[in-house]
Amino acid sequence: MIPRLPRPAALRLLALAGLVALAGACTRPEPGTVSRADQPFDPYEAQNRQMHEVNVALDRAVLRPAGTVYAKVVPQPVNQLAGNFSRNLGTPSDVVNNLLQGRLKDAGVNTVRFVMNSTIGVGGLIDAATAFGIAPRDTDFGETLAIWGVPEGAYQELPVLGPSTERATAGRIVDLFTNPLDPLMDRSQRRLKWGSAVAHGVGERGYRRQTVDSVLYDSADSYAQLRLIYLQNRRHDLGVEMGDAYLDPYGETGGEAYDPYIDPYAE
Amino acid sequence: MTRISIPMPSKLSRRALLSGIGGLGAAVLLPASPARAISESGATALVEKVVKEINLVINSGRPEAQMIAQFEAMLRSYADVPTIARSCLGPAAREISSAQLAAYTEAFAGYVARKYGKRFREFIGSEIRVTGARPYKDRYIVQTVFDLRGQAPFDVDFLVTDRSGRMLFYEMVIEGVSMLATERAEIGAMLDAQRGDVTKLTAALRQAG
Repeated sequence: MIPRLPRPAALRLLALAGLVALAGACTRPEPGTVSRADQPFDPYEAQNRQMHEVNVALDRAVLRPAGTVYAKVVPQPVNQLAGNFSRNLGTPSDVVNNLLQGRLKDAGVNTVRFVMNSTIGVGGLIDAATAFGIAPRDTDFGETLAIWGVPEGAYQELPVLGPSTERATAGRIVDLFTNPLDPLMDRSQRRLKWGSAVAHGVGERGYRRQTVDSVLYDSADSYAQLRLIYLQNRRHDLGVEMGDAYLDPYGETGGEAYDPYIDPYAE
Repeated sequence: MTRISIPMPSKLSRRALLSGIGGLGAAVLLPASPARAISESGATALVEKVVKEINLVINSGRPEAQMIAQFEAMLRSYADVPTIARSCLGPAAREISSAQLAAYTEAFAGYVARKYGKRFREFIGSEIRVTGARPYKDRYIVQTVFDLRGQAPFDVDFLVTDRSGRMLFYEMVIEGVSMLATERAEIGAMLDAQRGDVTKLTAALRQAG
């Protein structure tokens, strides 16, 4: 439940305009076509698969070799510093989104985290807040849209960035403008922020090589695997309650309207 | 039973009356929600055992091949492997002989053990603990958290039932990602690659993971 909060009229108007525009942009499945977690809404599958080929080729040629070398040279705790640094500079965007979502408590937590990590966390290099038990409340404008009632939309595979949905992509674009810190930074500071984010990403690809490789290179259908993993994990992050949505292997009659959980006993 | 003195006209109606009483009794005994054959403590105890064994395996310092073998033994003791395997095969499971299904199930167990067992390397030094349980249908969902060194902890839910005759888990949901859904998609794609031939799929599974 989202608490009803009195918001400035201008903000409400902006929210309404964005909601209308983005709700229109997000494709909705025909009723009854998508009823289970393993049946994703993917009307652009042909184009997405082409993009997937490109992304896998990019990974094979650039990201994977770079990550492998990086992981050999840079110890994981050191790479964590880069990740902490770029993430801390992104935290003000989380706070803005928390406010737009009406999640004041999360906005407070993220604000405290930003202050703590920027000071005793040595400019964000160390996640001091987590060490004190104040875990991050990660969010983005895609989640804000979800809270405002915008549907998830169709699945997309974006160039370089990979899996997304129409709603998440719209969120990414808006998030280019939701960080109040960005306009305050000069060019070299911006370069440092994005550079550390990219370095951290390359490192993560290296440290998790086996897992990523197993999905991208050892799957019979890596596109379908990535799509399923992304969509289910994204819904989990957005706190979409599975409810009775588990697949039921014990009783699949096909008649269950919305049961994302498989029942292997239902056959 | 105050009207027991009323004479019974025939055997048939007496049977009808008895079954009516029996039905009433069942209706009273059965709760409105689906009858839960297993208890929360039983389901939690099962997952506690699973988690304890995984903790032992990943922190044993053993080579990967041994870890995978231990993981496979754990799966066979605590997971409803035949049901999971059949579910991942989909409709094809109904069109094959029981010998073919048994061979496929064997190959599937090894495949899952290798595929997920290899991931355990990343969990070395981590700690897994049960955080709670909630009822779901006639089953329980037992929630666990994997605490990884230097990383954000992640949630793994186990779905537990005794539908097989024994209390076993049949689904693992890792940060929202369902193992059943993932393996359905994967086994389906592998079966397509073998043009629907389950025997060839079984052979491919023995090499995969």
